[in-house]
Formats: sequence, structure tokens, C-alpha cells
Amino acid sequence: MRPHRGSPHSDAGRPAGRSPGGAVRPCGERALLVEIDGHGAVHRLAALTREHLGACAEEIVPGHRTVLVVGREQMPDAGRLGALAERAAAEAGAADGEPTGALVEIEVRYDGADIGEVASLTGLSAEEVVRRHSAATYLVAFLGFAPGFAYLVGGDPLLAVPRREEPRSRVPAGSVAIAGPYSAVYPTASPGGWRLLGTTDRVLFNPASGRPALLTAGARVRFTELR
Amino acid sequence: MTSIEVVRPGALTTIQDLGRPGFAHIAVPRSGAADPPSLRLANALTGNEPGAAALEITLAGPALRFDGAALIALTGAPAPASIDGRPVAFGEPVAVGAGEVLDVGQASAGVRTYIAVGGGIDVEPVLASRATDTLTGLGPAPLRRGDVLALGRPADGADRPGGGAVRDTDLAAAGVRPTDSGAFARPLLRILAGPRADLFAPSALAALTLEPFAVSPTSNRVGVRLTGPRLERRDTGELPSEGLVHGAIQVPTSGEPILMLADHPTTGGYPVIAVVVESDHGLAGQLRPGTAVRFALVQRW
Repeated sequence: MRPHRGSPHSDAGRPAGRSPGGAVRPCGERALLVEIDGHGAVHRLAALTREHLGACAEEIVPGHRTVLVVGREQMPDAGRLGALAERAAAEAGAADGEPTGALVEIEVRYDGADIGEVASLTGLSAEEVVRRHSAATYLVAFLGFAPGFAYLVGGDPLLAVPRREEPRSRVPAGSVAIAGPYSAVYPTASPGGWRLLGTTDRVLFNPASGRPALLTAGARVRFTELR
Repeated sequence: MTSIEVVRPGALTTIQDLGRPGFAHIAVPRSGAADPPSLRLANALTGNEPGAAALEITLAGPALRFDGAALIALTGAPAPASIDGRPVAFGEPVAVGAGEVLDVGQASAGVRTYIAVGGGIDVEPVLASRATDTLTGLGPAPLRRGDVLALGRPADGADRPGGGAVRDTDLAAAGVRPTDSGAFARPLLRILAGPRADLFAPSALAALTLEPFAVSPTSNRVGVRLTGPRLERRDTGELPSEGLVHGAIQVPTSGEPILMLADHPTTGGYPVIAVVVESDHGLAGQLRPGTAVRFALVQRW
């Protein structure tokens, strides 16, 4: 460790700077977690960071209301990131929050095992559950959980159901599912606690491709019913 | 080209390099060696590039038959090893002859022993890395009996011990600071507070550093589970998912922390109270179930 300089006080939880959504928080020696409100602002900040600090960033990871920036060799500049966050918030605000990312259409067979359960939890008919799920235009908020697994927001609020109490030990690849405010497609078979509405044949993750993930943060998604 | 046949795979032997950075935004973990300095050292000793693919052993080692002559080096968790019955020196380049079997036993301290072979293990890369990611299944499967692993071309002059004589100064120049196996029995990890230390009661950071934590047997390459004093949250509200780094100490609602290792998920919804400094990541990857680990808070410089 290099000798300490600057404030002799404990730095427990001390932010490295300010951002419009809160603080710029150090994560270890070469990463900063930038808080910023709104998915549009998160995506704009990720794009601006790629553009301006991409060469010295090893990872730029959008979260629900944060962007994690991991430096390649050293701590990213907190002041510059704070300024980019200001700009991202202003630009996202000016765009009226209307997502403009690329639109991906995903064809779904609504044959999921939990449609009946979702219908009874919401008081809707099975047909109405399908109609509402395929009527929305979703936004990819961020990815997590498994390679290519995109958390989609912007769905019908009536379809916000809690996850299953007992997760399934295996959810097949291509399962289209909902939980809380989110929709998602399972890119690979995995354990999972979300409610299954249907299946798609689209490949969500292909590591051999130049673009391994079909869905990336900021993209828009529509589900179309395949009968 | 020389290859290696797996006679006995050991408890969990995987192929590891320095991982696949740059894909966290599509939820691909970095993966790679859990003790990166030990991998770098093994590669340096065999004349390989620092990020060449090598074998990472977990507690109990494999038996491997070499179909041609090769230079090997064992680093990381010390374990007894032999080549056709001859004892093998640890942390030094050693020649294996054609047809000979390298047999590695149980690690006496730490968890992970590395075997580098001159030329590196040559399997098909996935997203530019040959690392086995045990969280997502990306990369080659763990070794199974009967597997045959191809080797790359060794560096010139590095095919015999002394051919590419390695000195400590060379290692320092290569940026290799070996993980100190003397610390495996009584590990002390240095931590930096944050990013979410402010979501905990003021007593939590003190609790993290005052008392030792026990390493749980359910620990793996994804993370080390720790049992010890409960780390009280000040604010028990949900934290929306945010990016995680290697070395992060995440505290789930149970209050028992998880120290994130190489195969950690890219995002998480529990607060991170502190992050282990990078020069201690190697030691973190050697935390053996049952040992007591201590944390020391260091100041940001």
C-alpha cells in the first residue's frame, strides 16, 4: 500500500464525489459506483463513460440505479465521472424519459406452467395475462443473474406478481418469465423462482458470436404471441 | 504436440487463466484463477505468458500422464507431489519425461494448488479466455478421468529446468508477488470500507475487524462464506441490484458475509460493507474451510 495522504479521518462510507442521483462511491482500489436516478440516465451515463473513459475502463456495469466503473489499472477519475453523470441526467431528462434504444421482437409461445397461477394472483383471465404481457414495450434495465439475462422493465403494473415461494431447481432455456416489476427470458437452463409465462426459440446468449448477448442495457423489447 | 491424460481428476480441478474481463455488463463473470499471483508465478517459472492457462486444484490433486517431455511448476497451496514416485519440488521448474505420471496429493494448507505446464493448456477459448467459470458453466468443464489436454508450444529455451532460469528479480520484473503460503493458517486480509458501509450500524465495521470469522465449508470459487459476529444493518430496506467487484464483502439479510472470489456474479442486491485490497486477493482465494480469518481496515490513500 502506498502511504496515506489527504484526510487523516476514517473514510468509512465517505463518497469520492457527488452525482445527480446521490454519491460516487469507491469500491476497493480501482472501481467507483456512481449512483444516478432513472434507467435512461443510467444507460446514458454508461454510454458516455464508454465514449470518454472507455480506454481506461475494464468494466462499465449498469445496475438498477447505478453504474459501476472498474478501472483497468487505477481508480477512475471521480470528478470526471460526476460531471458525466450530471450530463447524463440532463440529457436523459431532456429526452422525456422515452426510451429510444434498438427494438428487439421476441416471439413467444405462451404455454408457461404458471399462467394459471398468475391469472389467479392478478384476478385476470389467462388470455388477459397474455394480452397484457405482449402489449407492452419493455426496456432492458440491466443484465445480471446469468450471462445474457436481461431485467426488463416497463411491463403492465397489473402483472407485478411475487416470485414463487419455492424456486424451481431447473427452468429451461428460453423460458419467458415475470417477477415483481420485471420480465425476462432465461438464456440458459438454470434454477429460478420467477413465474413462467411461455417459451421462445430465440437465442439470448451465444458466446461464439461477436455480439454474445441479444439484449443489452438500453434496448427495447416486444413480445409477440406465437400461436 | 505434447498432451496430458487425466488419470485421476482430483476433487475439483479446473483450467484457469486470468479470466474474461470486459463482459460484466452482459452478466459474464470475470472468472480466472482464484489466487492470481500463484497462477502468474507458476507461468513465470515455466516460461509462459502471465495469463497462460494452467490447472487449478482444489484441496485434493490429480494424477496426470504426460505423453511427451514438459516443464512444470507447482505453486499456491503446498501439496505433496511426485513424478513416477520421485518427490517434486514446490515453487520451482521441474522436468517431466515422456510417459511419466505427475501425482499431486492433498494440500497441507490453503485450498488451491496451481500446475503450470510450459506452453500452457491449449483448449478452445470462450470469450477470449480458457477459464472454467463454475457459476455459469462458461469455459471448459472441470477435469474428468480420461480427458486429454493439448499443450501449447513452450517458449524457446523454457523446455528444461535452468533453460530459462528464473530468478526472484525476474519475477519481480514480471510483476509477480507470490502469495505468502505462510499466511494460509492465520490469514489477515486488508479491507477498504464501502461502497455501502453507510447502510450498516456504526458497530458493524468494528465487528468486522475486531473478531475473527470462520471460513464455512460451503465456500467455493464464487465466494467465501464467513460465520462470525453479526453485521447489523442500519437500514434494512432493499438495495436494487448493482455491480460487484472481486474482493467485495457482501452482507445478505442473514448478517453473515460472503467474500466474492473469481466466479462472483456480476451484480448483487445485498450491500457491500467493504472490499479486500487487490494485493490480498490471492490469500482470499486460499481461505480454507475451518480456518479463522481476520480483517484489518486500511485507509484510502
